[in-house]
Amino acid sequence: MENASLQHPYIPNTVADRQEMLKAIGVSSVRELFEDIPEGYRQSSLNIPPALSELELGQELQALADENRHALQGPCFLGAGSYRHFIPATVQSIASRGEFLTAYTPYQPEVSQGTLRAAYEFQTMVGQLLDMDVANAGMYDGASSLAEGALMACRVKRRYKVAYLDTVSPSYIDVLRTYTSPQGVAIYPVKQNALGLEPDTACIVVQSPNFFGYIEDVEGIVKIAHDAGALAVASTDPIAAAMFKPPGSYGADIVTAEGQPLGVPISFGGPYVGLFTCRSEFVRQMPGRIVGRTVDTQGRTAYVLTLQAREQHIRRERATSNICTSTALIALMTTVYTATLGKHGLREVAGLCYHKAHYAASLIEGIQGYSLPLEGTFFQEFVVQCPIPPSEINAALWERGIIGGLDVSDQVPNGLLICVTEVNSKHEIEDLAQALSEIA
Amino acid sequence: MAIESRREIADSGMLMDRSVAGRRGIIMPALDVEEQPLPDAELLREDLELPEVSQPEVVRYFTRLSQLNYSIDTNFYPLGSCTMKYNPKINDMVASLPGMAHLHPMNAAELSQGSLKVMYRLQHYLAEVTGMKATSLASMAGAQGELAGVLMIRAYHDSRGDDKRKLMLIPDSAHGTNPASAAMGGFEVKAIPSDDRGNMDIVALKESVGEDLAGIMLTLPSTLGLFETDILEICAAVHKAGGLVYGDGANMNAILGQTKLGDLGFDVVHINLHKTFSTPHGGGGPGAGPVSVGDKLAPFLPAPVVSREESSQCERYVLGAAPHTIGKLGAFHGNFGVLVRAYTYIRSLGADGLRQISENAVINANYLLAKLRSDYDLSYDRLCMHEVVLSASRQKKNGVRGLDIAKRLLDYGFHAPTMYFPLIVDEALMVEPTESESKETLDAFIDAMLSIAREAEEDPDLLHNAPYTTPVSRLDEARAARQPDLRWRPV
Repeated sequence: MENASLQHPYIPNTVADRQEMLKAIGVSSVRELFEDIPEGYRQSSLNIPPALSELELGQELQALADENRHALQGPCFLGAGSYRHFIPATVQSIASRGEFLTAYTPYQPEVSQGTLRAAYEFQTMVGQLLDMDVANAGMYDGASSLAEGALMACRVKRRYKVAYLDTVSPSYIDVLRTYTSPQGVAIYPVKQNALGLEPDTACIVVQSPNFFGYIEDVEGIVKIAHDAGALAVASTDPIAAAMFKPPGSYGADIVTAEGQPLGVPISFGGPYVGLFTCRSEFVRQMPGRIVGRTVDTQGRTAYVLTLQAREQHIRRERATSNICTSTALIALMTTVYTATLGKHGLREVAGLCYHKAHYAASLIEGIQGYSLPLEGTFFQEFVVQCPIPPSEINAALWERGIIGGLDVSDQVPNGLLICVTEVNSKHEIEDLAQALSEIA
Repeated sequence: MAIESRREIADSGMLMDRSVAGRRGIIMPALDVEEQPLPDAELLREDLELPEVSQPEVVRYFTRLSQLNYSIDTNFYPLGSCTMKYNPKINDMVASLPGMAHLHPMNAAELSQGSLKVMYRLQHYLAEVTGMKATSLASMAGAQGELAGVLMIRAYHDSRGDDKRKLMLIPDSAHGTNPASAAMGGFEVKAIPSDDRGNMDIVALKESVGEDLAGIMLTLPSTLGLFETDILEICAAVHKAGGLVYGDGANMNAILGQTKLGDLGFDVVHINLHKTFSTPHGGGGPGAGPVSVGDKLAPFLPAPVVSREESSQCERYVLGAAPHTIGKLGAFHGNFGVLVRAYTYIRSLGADGLRQISENAVINANYLLAKLRSDYDLSYDRLCMHEVVLSASRQKKNGVRGLDIAKRLLDYGFHAPTMYFPLIVDEALMVEPTESESKETLDAFIDAMLSIAREAEEDPDLLHNAPYTTPVSRLDEARAARQPDLRWRPV
């Protein structure tokens, strides 16, 4: 049987339906509906393979998935902005409900109270966790969130220079450059104590824990920034915030974070969610959606998208950002995660990461030829200086079935960035140390 | 569920109100290594106020919230310009396969060949559908795709030492994101009016193109649901002046397999995978907004781009960057979980299926147009593409606004159409049925619209106070903006 001629399961109109509808429209063929397309440009050929049945499709995608070596198949010590944490079953169960998954942006609040109220819960938990006044309903990811934070600081200060600590993630700096350069904003690096800060700088950008996993002196940076009439814009890790005082506690003005560690699968880098918070006085300069609580005509509590005068559909080229569709579903996942983990669970996760990472560091530091070259306090990630190039170390680890760390030898000589979280067992950690001692 | 009980949920306490000391939603395993020395206590956080709730409460709370939502799984969304089509379940299933969902983005290419292959093929499929040469999947939403597009246009002119080109033309019917993206890209924006058939005013266009022209941002079909009949002339005029043509792919669903933007003269187009390619909208994301480009802009694509290396023994897929890339838009490689869904969707349709999508989407829209034109005004009397823009100007004479009609539709069990957009249509009600809806659903929607038109004549107040059957009634939006209450606080 020729399956291609069967009615496609995603399209309900039958041949008879189509004929009846074309008649109602008053045309004799579907071709007539496309006659505004210039002649000679109609009915393009498409070099796309023929349709697969759902059975074949599942098999093809499974085969592709099998070509990947994923992080549940064995020990993995990669982090660098994408973190493996335990995800309770509640998260996927709630996030796959069609009522959340297949809803549109809540422009009709009367029939979107689920999405809106979940966003208000999200804003509450993000505010609590990052110790900041207000949060928006989420950005694309941690990197773009930080870039938008720097742009917001430029709007607030009407200054067009951004300083960043040289310990901020290189890919975050790439994104910062993409976002700032077209607007005539210059970005430049400064050292740890903001040495080399130029006059008329709008903000100092700091990441803590930084790219190498270490806690920065945010208090000192905030003071230097404020003394220079600039804002302090920070990026942080939401799990670390359950254990360490977050940047907001030290007076940072705009605090962003990658929300992925809060119950979102690493998924080859996305979709994630950017957390975005600021002090109350700057709320009208915020980018992105914000949900507010109000009442309906009957006086009942209700939630609605608010402060929309900042946004592109109202203000067009004078909007605070072009962002609209963002990552509501991922924000929901982080909300369900945080609710499930709760006050104690989140601290416990942070503690497990801290102790396991430090245990791993202590074992590795004890191996001849390996050292921890960076000073300070780290959370769950640290840099190891290896006796041979990290690329060779990683290759040898993989021969033993271990996915090693990230090669950061362009920043730290022979540096290997290793991440240990609660999902790494004692056994895995000890195997890693054993392997490193055998390799070099 | 009875409306009373839904209202009760809507009015009940937040998670923090439900918190009871000692309750938990999960137990984490005990520490299996020796406890390590803690850092200086000054660095450590003392208080962290988060809810303490049991697991059944978490599940019940969010499940009940979900029941306050409207969704494509439960009902028809006649939302113009949003392409709220069916989101196939197989797409979600494959995205959550462990090999896809638990792959680390910094994993070595050798250990990520399956995902890289999906991305490589999707780049190709999107270039094929749009008639372009190359694609980057990096942008994480349509608006970010727009930003990427205008940044590439800027980089192109800069690379030629042509730094006077600061002007971006945008039709007055455009989405608000277009001017906002152009501004983020450092351009000045000028609006081009539409003529009385809903096409771009070609005379106004020709008067606006000059040495300062960077490009034009066009949606095709336009947001009026109309195919720009002068498109070849528009592209030629812009190119002649040294500008480039940007395509907003929001309305791609109308033209899949019918025509290719690259063939018509577009230099860059972004594609909303969460519209045309069926990935779930998630209540406002995640989406993905890949950009496909012709030869001129290929060197500037955002990073990364997947390429294929071939040797006699094997083929290998790697992440790389275009030679003069505008840079990265996110920390990693784009929204892979969305990309794999779109890939699966395209494979489920094939070339023939894609063409059936556009045909049926356009038939459905014209069917609505044919059945509703008796009772609603049309700004432009011609066939439409995938969406129809109605006007409530006739009802306005009775004091009934587009908003009232939209809210009354909620009582009939339908989502509201897109309202007051495009801005150039008085009391616009923009309806896009997509190919997913059956004739029976469309007929039910038509009946509701005709019934509301009668109500607008006979009892305007009925509409002013609608909706009546939803979990909450109309909201005090002014209060929300005047006294922002943006998070829970202890009473």
